[in-house]
Amino acid sequence: MGSTASTLSKIPDVETLMQETGFTPAHMVRLYDRFKALDKERKGHLCPQDFGAIKELAENPIGDRIVGAFFSQGQETLDFHSFVRILAHFRPVDKDRPRDPNVPEPINSRSNKLKFAFQLYDQDKDGKISRAELLQIIWQVLRAMLEMQVTEEQLESIADRTIQEADLDRDEAISFDEFRKSLEKVNIDHKMSIRFLR
Amino acid sequence: MLSLTLVLLVSAACEASTDLYVSETPLPPELVRSAVSPVPTPAGSPYTAEEYGHPGIALARSADEPASATDSGESSHHHGGGYKIVQWEWSYVQTPYIIAIWLLVASVAKILFHFSQRFTTVVPESCMLILLGLVLGGIVLMANKKQLYQLDPGLFFLFLLPTIVGDAGYFMPARLFFDNLGAILMYAVVGTLWNAFCTGFCLYGVKLAGVIDDKVEAGLMEFLLFGALISAVDPVAVLAVFEEVHVNEMLFIIVFGESLLNDAVTVVLYKVYISFVEVGPGNVQTADYFKGVASFLIVSIGGTLVGLIFAVILAFVTRFTKKVRIIEPLFVFLLVYLAYLTAELFSLSAILSMTFCGIGCNKYVEANISQKSRTTVKYTMKTLASIAETIIFIFLGISAVDKSKWAWDTGLISCTLIFIFVFRAIGVVGQTWVLNWFRLVPLDKIDQVVMSYGGLRGAVAFALVVLLDGEQVKAKDYFVATTIVVVFFTVMFQGLTIKPLVKWLKVPRSTNRKPTINEEIHERAFDHILTAVEDIAGLNGYHHWRDKWEQFDKNYLSKLLMRKSVYRKSELWEAYQKINIRDAISVIDQGGNVLTSARLSLPSMASRTSFPEVTNVTNYLRENGSGVCLDLQVIDTVPGAKMEEETEMHRALAGNLYKPRKRYQSHYSRHFMTVGEKEKQDREIFQRNMRTRLENFKSTRYKRHKKDRSQKKRKGSDAKEQESSDKPRRNVSWQDKDPVVVPVEFENEKNEQSEPEKDEDVGITFVARKAPETPKERPKSVPAALDVCQSPAIVPPSPTCGEKNLPWKSGVGTLPPCVSVEATKIIPIDLQQAWNQSISSLESLASPPVPLEPQHPRVSALSRLGGPPRPLSTGSVPAPPVTGQFQFPGGKDEEEESALSQQQQEIQPLMSSTRPPPPPPPLPAQPAGKRRNPCVYLRSLVTASPPGSEPHSRGPTQL
Repeated sequence: MGSTASTLSKIPDVETLMQETGFTPAHMVRLYDRFKALDKERKGHLCPQDFGAIKELAENPIGDRIVGAFFSQGQETLDFHSFVRILAHFRPVDKDRPRDPNVPEPINSRSNKLKFAFQLYDQDKDGKISRAELLQIIWQVLRAMLEMQVTEEQLESIADRTIQEADLDRDEAISFDEFRKSLEKVNIDHKMSIRFLR
Repeated sequence: MLSLTLVLLVSAACEASTDLYVSETPLPPELVRSAVSPVPTPAGSPYTAEEYGHPGIALARSADEPASATDSGESSHHHGGGYKIVQWEWSYVQTPYIIAIWLLVASVAKILFHFSQRFTTVVPESCMLILLGLVLGGIVLMANKKQLYQLDPGLFFLFLLPTIVGDAGYFMPARLFFDNLGAILMYAVVGTLWNAFCTGFCLYGVKLAGVIDDKVEAGLMEFLLFGALISAVDPVAVLAVFEEVHVNEMLFIIVFGESLLNDAVTVVLYKVYISFVEVGPGNVQTADYFKGVASFLIVSIGGTLVGLIFAVILAFVTRFTKKVRIIEPLFVFLLVYLAYLTAELFSLSAILSMTFCGIGCNKYVEANISQKSRTTVKYTMKTLASIAETIIFIFLGISAVDKSKWAWDTGLISCTLIFIFVFRAIGVVGQTWVLNWFRLVPLDKIDQVVMSYGGLRGAVAFALVVLLDGEQVKAKDYFVATTIVVVFFTVMFQGLTIKPLVKWLKVPRSTNRKPTINEEIHERAFDHILTAVEDIAGLNGYHHWRDKWEQFDKNYLSKLLMRKSVYRKSELWEAYQKINIRDAISVIDQGGNVLTSARLSLPSMASRTSFPEVTNVTNYLRENGSGVCLDLQVIDTVPGAKMEEETEMHRALAGNLYKPRKRYQSHYSRHFMTVGEKEKQDREIFQRNMRTRLENFKSTRYKRHKKDRSQKKRKGSDAKEQESSDKPRRNVSWQDKDPVVVPVEFENEKNEQSEPEKDEDVGITFVARKAPETPKERPKSVPAALDVCQSPAIVPPSPTCGEKNLPWKSGVGTLPPCVSVEATKIIPIDLQQAWNQSISSLESLASPPVPLEPQHPRVSALSRLGGPPRPLSTGSVPAPPVTGQFQFPGGKDEEEESALSQQQQEIQPLMSSTRPPPPPPPLPAQPAGKRRNPCVYLRSLVTASPPGSEPHSRGPTQL
């Protein structure tokens, strides 16, 4: 416990961060350790290259997209606060938390989780998943599964079908609302959460 | 030889008997407990058929007969004294006959229960089967003064249970199972141990306290033994009850998974205690307890390993069955069953073995075997499991009616009931509390209530208690009676009340919904996202390991266990095709329903309503190139229910359509099923349809109906927008008002029409008219869907109008929807050529009437006038000329009068208009009012630039 407290004290502004993200002190310590481990040169922030050191991530078909999502708005660096905030998207939703309309939605709310996923798809940040973007993601997902036999045509028909299914306003692209609607029946809390060890 | 034939015959009826004989075990007739009948009848003496009217009596009478079913020599000896024309060979057929009769009774009982829909929604089938068993048992008892049958443990463990477990394991949703494996293992191991010990000790305590009668001679070990066998949740009962309750998948998989995996615990506890009882509690040494623990590990892990080994063998074998497709299903059954038997052989956990064999092999086997084999496996497994379940419950009921076994002790029974219920609840709450620390999705209170209440005991407990040795366990009869009561109470009372309880607690139900393509894609992507995030956060969590496993599976296992041809097949693509097929089936299902319900709304129309979009020829061709050409949009409007029925329908239709030409080419090989004729046929059908369609092209004037409809059905802003640019028109909602007789019966019509290669063969031909009118016009009337096909801007001109009517037909006509990738490579070329040919041939004809103004709503009224607008066609092809009698009923009501006045003005523009129909609003590529010759237009579509080159065109992306 003592080590936890001492580590916590090293993190600047830890209280607000915990409040914001809902992580417990143990989580914070763990993430801070991880952050420091990634930050090999002790510069206090992370660069995309630091993520490149993670070997599993290199194998991940959409690993570069995820890394891109960590460095939003063209920033080249990532401090610990942003790091934690982004990871907080994947915290499971706590059910017993009182629904207070005044408090802004927690980071790990359903729509925030979806927003995170959406921005992974929406590479050109125009608020829409275009056909090309969808094709790309399908391609990457399939490549991961070594399903190389898929022809371009098949891929396109899948993409078209996907857009058709989700596209409500017939603009040939999936907006965030459409994206959310298409996944309405999916238990996002379940599918977009990971368990952070206590 | 004769006996072999007979065995084969009966084995076709039931696999239980097959197993009985194939395995060549010298089992006595399992169903008949050998007992001396009070009515001694000489073996082989001729009975009258009436005496055997009731199976129970028949069985009872035969019980004392020598079970030597194959001893035909003996029976002939009895019939000595000259040649008899008819001989009674009961002893010869006895065993298989009895088995078959029981199966028949069970199946008929199932049918009867499902006569009343309302009844079956309230009362679970298992309850009814037990009640039926009670009645049958009562009849047998009255006839014989002695019960002859009970659930024989040997029969149960060797034949009935494996069929159910095999089905459960093979069709276990693997992802869901492993997602919840932690919880399942916890409940299965810790929960069962907890239940067993607590129940055992508390019963002993109660016995000491004097609540249980002294006649129950049982010590601590006996009670612990009883606790062990009564505490295990039973897979058969859970499956039977929960399948009707439809709780959400997670809850179901946890309870059901527990009931499967606790088998190892039960087996070990049972065996350990029996050995303890044998040596006497005083002689048990400390080492024995450790042996018990070691035995548990061996039994569980060993059982799992055996199952996995057999899974690998099975998957590997099915890799090489390409030439002998016909025996593929057999391999599945045999090896899964062998996994069970092998585990039994080494006294490992057979249920674990079979479950893991099923889970393990499913993915590879399903990929390897053919579609037909898949269906066969599925239906056979389900049939067997269902009949086994039925027999189990009936026999449970029959077993209860046996005075000789009843040794009632109220104290024991009530205490057992209370204890198992209380400890189950306590156990579940306690374990859930622990689990929720680790679970991503915590189990809330409602889940816990259902899990506690769903702890059903069943036939496994009963079979185990019957297996007890009455010499060793003095209180066996008491235990048997208590077990029966417990089983009945849990299955009947809890089974009956769990449905209302679930409803009352508002437990999230499972939705019988198939994932959409969006969900398929995104969920895959989510998995990768989560894996990446876990890696970034440095957590080697569940997703990390799942991803590792998937890599391993892809790199090694699949390579080893899957055929090369399927190894690289895309799962996503398969999912996509499945969705398309599903849509198509639901379309046809909807169409079928609509047609019979006298409300005319065709599937293609329905699809238009939800999706008034435009596709073009290029797109159509490409779509075919990609394997499936189906109506894709219907997913929004059609509920995905009734899948079984739909599949049935689909298969029936697919099997019947366009078959006639090959009808007489039956083949007699027992070893091979010929495939591949279909392709040629498909091509031919396509060309034929193409010709027909093009000839019908001249009757495009009917398009107006269709257009009108589709326009009208368009929702909201689209429709408004459209209307603003159109003439004011009245929407004719005729399809809602007027019963339309559609003289179409799917299969018959199809066969009949495709056989004589009529020019009018346009798939489904229907007449929208009032019933008594001009039935003879039917063949010439123009299908409504034709309109759609003819309007180039609306829909890809499809090879046949039937295709639009019955989009699955496209699957049959051009490509089987479930076609493999290889087949798709052939067709598109043909399509392209054929289309080009037909276009050019069309152009050589005189210019057909051009697509008319689409918005015109008055055609029906117009045709009513008897002055039908003749097509401008002067071509040699006889266009369907009769339009006067062709009445769309829409125009006739209040529409008609007002329509009459206007319509004269409208005829002229209609006739002379050369405009293609203005496309629906969202289409930018073909603005309304563009004048084009339709032929040229179509041509241009065919040769249109490849997909993707015109980013704003609706076409290429429109499937």
